[in-house]
Amino acid sequence: MIDEIQKHILEEVADLHKVPDGAYNIRANGESAGRNTTANIDIITKKDKSGIDIHIKPGTKNESVHIPVVLSESGIKETVYNDFFIGEGADVTIVAGCGIHNCGNQDSEHDGVHRFYVGKNAKVRYVEKHYGQGDGLGKKILNPLTEVYQEAGSYVDMEMVQIKGVDSTIRTTKAELAKDATLIVHERLMTHGKQHATSVYTVELNGENSSTDIISRSVAKNDSEQIFEAGIVGNTVCSGHAECDAIIMDKAHVVAIPKLDAKNVDAALIHEAAIGKIAGDQLIKLMSLGLTEEEAEEQIISGFLK
Amino acid sequence: MLEIKDITYQVEENNKKINIIDHLNLNIEDGKFVVITGPNGGGKSTLAKLIMGVNKITTGKMIFDGEDITEKGITERANLGISYAFQQPVHFKGIKVIDLLRIAAGEKLSVSAACEYLSKVGLCAKDYVNREVNASLSGGELKRIEIATVLARQTKFAVFDEPEAGIDLWSFQNLIRVFENIRESINGTILIISHQERILSIADEIVVIEDGHVKKQGSRDEILPEILGTSAAAKAACDRLM
Repeated sequence: MIDEIQKHILEEVADLHKVPDGAYNIRANGESAGRNTTANIDIITKKDKSGIDIHIKPGTKNESVHIPVVLSESGIKETVYNDFFIGEGADVTIVAGCGIHNCGNQDSEHDGVHRFYVGKNAKVRYVEKHYGQGDGLGKKILNPLTEVYQEAGSYVDMEMVQIKGVDSTIRTTKAELAKDATLIVHERLMTHGKQHATSVYTVELNGENSSTDIISRSVAKNDSEQIFEAGIVGNTVCSGHAECDAIIMDKAHVVAIPKLDAKNVDAALIHEAAIGKIAGDQLIKLMSLGLTEEEAEEQIISGFLK
Repeated sequence: MLEIKDITYQVEENNKKINIIDHLNLNIEDGKFVVITGPNGGGKSTLAKLIMGVNKITTGKMIFDGEDITEKGITERANLGISYAFQQPVHFKGIKVIDLLRIAAGEKLSVSAACEYLSKVGLCAKDYVNREVNASLSGGELKRIEIATVLARQTKFAVFDEPEAGIDLWSFQNLIRVFENIRESINGTILIISHQERILSIADEIVVIEDGHVKKQGSRDEILPEILGTSAAAKAACDRLM
């Protein structure tokens, strides 16, 4: 079922070189292209709308779920609803990701709605990569909506990566954290050409001693545009930190919007944002080691986005 | 050999033209260990930057191994065999010590080869090789890594701009040992900008730069007593005032 183009995209978005171990669900051009469940992880197709429910049993340890999506036909537009139910005390890795190959002249769009219900003391590592390729006139559009509901003592670490080829993205991430829950987000983004990427976070720290750390590193090249908005609401004794660090190049446009909302005297919220071009002394140092200016730039950017 | 012929480096400040380097002439012979010293603001660091091509000279010529490098940029000079250790090492985000050493060596150095360069500058290599080159490292550590990147390049001409600057006394003792080792192990030319007597005392040649030009140049035995003489005289004068 999977052709060479799709295979390449799977490698880009899910680091998959072969059929993954553990549970997986591969979606290609709007249809299921493969699924595997395990004793602890079940994947069920939704009946009322497009998408799947993923049930992870309490106490499941060291297992992974891969749910990559590939669009290789031009003109597909889909919205998919995936719900994750992560049982108490589970410790799992979830790899999602969407790759679009669009050679045609019609836009291809995948809007993934992911909801996570994270049980008490569960630990989740979530990786989501976006990738686009193909030089048709049709746009490659990804608009992910992620909702995270964390119960007491749970820990979620999210890695959101979009390095290349996606023309337009509006990423919306919402989270609600109970007592002692922690949410860490690492977002890495590179836009080029006339691409546009917006990322909006709203994290509500509702439980005592809940905490979040949202870190975004991005590079905006050419005529691209990025908007990053990090909203943290502190409703109790809690700590929140958001950081946006952006390299701006050429004629790009970068906006960083801090939004801290403290409703309790013991809510400690911090926002840091820095936007600037590549530091001249970094270029000089690498050039003095023998790199050309372009090679030096490449090294600095790839290190920055690592 | 590096030949610096009547160079001037001019900047404009408050609509006034100032010559930071003012008709400076200097020849550095191959294989020599040369230390440049002189008062602050005399133009030493500027000269180092002009040699690497970081700043462009206003007038004059620079010839390296018979080739006119006056109009050449940083990368070209680097590839001709000039390297330069910054006075203030640069911080990076996400670039690790091993990445920097690999770029410097121009090849995919093995971890053990990278570690060798770090050991040469007195760092316990395995603790550092995967660290990011950023402010989480101390000034002394960054300085040693900076020196290691220059060693990894193995060029025939290396400039070190005040390697002792920002290093505490304890680290400094080790740093002297590093340069003593470099002195023994490197075949190329070494040019160090320094105020330290310990570094001056291992030089083949000492150049004193003041007011943007060479005030004195000669062998260590010739110049060092004069420099120490003046500072000793100054100290004696201060002691009398106490």
